[in-house]
Amino acid sequence: MKLLNNKYIKTMSEPVIGNNPINVQMLGICSALAVTVQLKTAIVMGLALTFVVTFSNFIVSVFRKFVPENIRIIFELCVIASLVILADEFLKAYLFGISKQLSVFVGLIITNCLVMGRAETFALGNTPGISMMDGLGNGIGYSLVLIFVAFIRELFGSGSLLGYKIVPQFLYNAGYTDMGFMLLAPAAFIIIGLLVWLQKTLFKS
Amino acid sequence: MENLLSLFVNSVFVGNILLSYFLGMCSFVAVSNNYKTAMGIGFAVIFVNSVTAPVNWLVFNYLLAPGALSWAGLPNMDLSFLKFITFIASIAAMVQIVEMIIDRFSQPLYTSLGVFLPLIAVNCAILGTSLFMVERQYSLPETIVFGFGAGTGWFLAMITLAAIRIKLLYADPPEGLKGYGLTMIVAGLMSMGFMIFSGISL
Repeated sequence: MKLLNNKYIKTMSEPVIGNNPINVQMLGICSALAVTVQLKTAIVMGLALTFVVTFSNFIVSVFRKFVPENIRIIFELCVIASLVILADEFLKAYLFGISKQLSVFVGLIITNCLVMGRAETFALGNTPGISMMDGLGNGIGYSLVLIFVAFIRELFGSGSLLGYKIVPQFLYNAGYTDMGFMLLAPAAFIIIGLLVWLQKTLFKS
Repeated sequence: MENLLSLFVNSVFVGNILLSYFLGMCSFVAVSNNYKTAMGIGFAVIFVNSVTAPVNWLVFNYLLAPGALSWAGLPNMDLSFLKFITFIASIAAMVQIVEMIIDRFSQPLYTSLGVFLPLIAVNCAILGTSLFMVERQYSLPETIVFGFGAGTGWFLAMITLAAIRIKLLYADPPEGLKGYGLTMIVAGLMSMGFMIFSGISL
């Protein structure tokens, strides 16, 4: 029980489900919708964003006392953009195929409201350690939603998970077909909409 | 010419930057509950997007692309990895300049757009347009058309959703679906509507 009361753990676990960045705070929706056609891209995107938000929260929080109020946005953008360049170069070097599929969406982490939002609302007013935990928690919460949506879309849309066929052949022979709709843009909107509904009903405050 | 026209139609309808690439969703969800505000931010996006896309094209092709610095005697330089940070800086700077120009020359426009302009610097639709332009290797005229078209598409989607949300005030959805959830589902239906245009080719 003592572990759960630790404020670091608490800060980290709160945004994972209860105060989820996508479903509750409405932050970072853009990329959540775009990269969830396949599970693989969703996982990589989740990792990249978790990396960026954790370290941007940490760095912004370290410098929070030295940066004047009116240039803080430019400062935050510079920190975030540098981290995104790191993540992008890393993906290009080691996961070239996935980096091609993610195309501009890695770069768009810069303008992802989740990263900016956490830096503005949390990191500017808290110590580095706890800000880092907050970033990590938000990153994990974001990744969970991405993985959940991608799981549904890939399973029903192409009958596979992580590229492996899941739906057995005899079902296709019996007349089952993949739902091509799941791979298109509208499906992403509707799945997130339903997910928000589910979350609101389950965790009514 | 024909090519440019079809690119324009394509970027407004088929490849609508909001409904098929999901860019600029945050302000889309947050601002669309007020029709007037939606209108203001929509115009600001068209405006800023038409300005920043060509500017970023020039920056990319004369400073950052591989071999672009040959005019300065540095033909082997490849600074394209710096594009994220340069683009966002140039967008922020352009927004600031546009804001100052509007403030100087058109007071009524400034009062209606003024509050939205700073917000736009961090709108993913703007940065997204610039990044797409690099990825699809557009020429300068194509970039100008694409910037304007993407902005117009965003504006269209935005005011349509805002108008639908006014009607939704009289609807009676389940408790948990109210607000955000319902907005996403409506956006999904709109996105389906926009897909109808994909059969059109000019």
